[in-house]
Amino acid sequence: MKEEIICAGFGGQGIMFLGKILALAGMKENKYVSWMPSYGAEVRGGTAHSMVVISDKEIASPIVSHPTTAIVMNQPSLDKFLPKTKAQGLVIVNTSLAKVNSPRKDLEVLEIPATEMAASLGNIKIANMIVLGVYLAKKKLLNLESALQSLKETLAEQFLELNISALKAGFNL
Amino acid sequence: MMREKILMCGNEAIGEGAIQANCQFYAGYPITPQNELTAYMARRMYEEGRVFIQSESEISAINMVFGASLAGARAMTSSSSPGISLKQEGISYLVGCELPAVIVNIMRGGPGLGNIAPSQADYFQAVKGGGHGDYKTIVLAPSSVEEAFNLTRLSFDLADHYRNPVIILGDGLLGQMMEPLPQILNSKLKIQNYPKDWALTGCLGRKPRIIRSLLLGEGELERHNQKLQEKFKSISEKEVRFERLYLEDAEFVLIAYGTVSRICKAVVNNLRGKNKKIGLIRPITLWPFPEKIIRETAEKIEGILVVEMSAGQMLEDVKLAVEGKCPVYFCGRMGGGIPTEEEIYEKLSQMLI
Repeated sequence: MKEEIICAGFGGQGIMFLGKILALAGMKENKYVSWMPSYGAEVRGGTAHSMVVISDKEIASPIVSHPTTAIVMNQPSLDKFLPKTKAQGLVIVNTSLAKVNSPRKDLEVLEIPATEMAASLGNIKIANMIVLGVYLAKKKLLNLESALQSLKETLAEQFLELNISALKAGFNL
Repeated sequence: MMREKILMCGNEAIGEGAIQANCQFYAGYPITPQNELTAYMARRMYEEGRVFIQSESEISAINMVFGASLAGARAMTSSSSPGISLKQEGISYLVGCELPAVIVNIMRGGPGLGNIAPSQADYFQAVKGGGHGDYKTIVLAPSSVEEAFNLTRLSFDLADHYRNPVIILGDGLLGQMMEPLPQILNSKLKIQNYPKDWALTGCLGRKPRIIRSLLLGEGELERHNQKLQEKFKSISEKEVRFERLYLEDAEFVLIAYGTVSRICKAVVNNLRGKNKKIGLIRPITLWPFPEKIIRETAEKIEGILVVEMSAGQMLEDVKLAVEGKCPVYFCGRMGGGIPTEEEIYEKLSQMLI
């Protein structure tokens, strides 16, 4: 098993954090993991992405050119990474901010209005946790529990409840 | 069995490696993509009750390291390419005075201020001296977060043992990427103790010691240089490190260091799955360069492909080692470009593999 994920969106959507929780959860399940940020002059509103590799074997290259899963949170990211996704790959799209318009029939595309769902839960910033929940439920590669534990170890107390509620909401969709 | 692990970026792993090696003094000036290292040291050195200084410039940082090393402390500075250029005078002085120090260069695109993307274009500067005078620094090139930690620990021992600066040469990718590191915080790893009977620690009750690189006496500087060259010879005999993969039956060999070697490893693993006889040599020490294994391998194979994030710098050392015994090809990207697996396959197919 070798899962190569690209998480992408606007700066400020928690793209790096989403990737980090994936890597941490993988590490907790004793898999080989790597996490690589795009680290240009990222600012809120600009585009950002992180590459996560989760594998049963030692990871040769941490660089992902063609992901097996793309989690895209805005239109520029969808346009950039959907075409690069491997055949039979998974694309999770935040349809609140992106519209799927691709001729490819060899992908599984999950359309989730994540930002709107997050808003209804009280904060648009937790759209990242909703798509993480969707990913965990769909791919069944990592346990929900590992992700929850990673959140508990990473987040300050006051943000925990909101993030967990979003993660569970996505997972139970 | 499950090991306790923590997720860390390469910059932080270098910082923790220095902490575990009992680095007593760190001075640095911020620059991307190595900022996590300075930030990590700001926190950890304080926790450990050691000295952290955010200096007013890169030049003052290297000279503070010079002073700390003179006094016998394990000392380190870090920066990225343009900042490392500023430190070259200080590094030359460190070598001239035979002082240990660890200098970390997390390379970015150049020349000039360039950009903040990963690069390997400071290879020449690192392995050929860099500053003025006939000198060498030991250059270690980690390719993973765990190796960044281990080689940093090693670098302090090498610096003390040989009384010479050691350079950790990484790139923006290594600095930024996160991988699990075995739980090493609070572990009690053995620290080698090198008696520093040359350090300037105050001469009350003993004869004064003198450390200087200005040697004006008749023949004095030449004798000093001969001594330095003997030391460099000894280092090049004893400290060569490299990783080899599938050399036994390889017909073609990739040579790459640092993070680029990771991309090459993915290519080699993939092609081995298709029964292609391809191997990999990854220099871990860039100086001393693993020329012997490269020469021996060149005699048995059909070609070498060097892959670098530069216009072809290590390529020259590979060619010197190969001595024309097999064709040497090159695949490189510059100015922050990262070679892709596809580009390497393309190049290999041109080599008729």
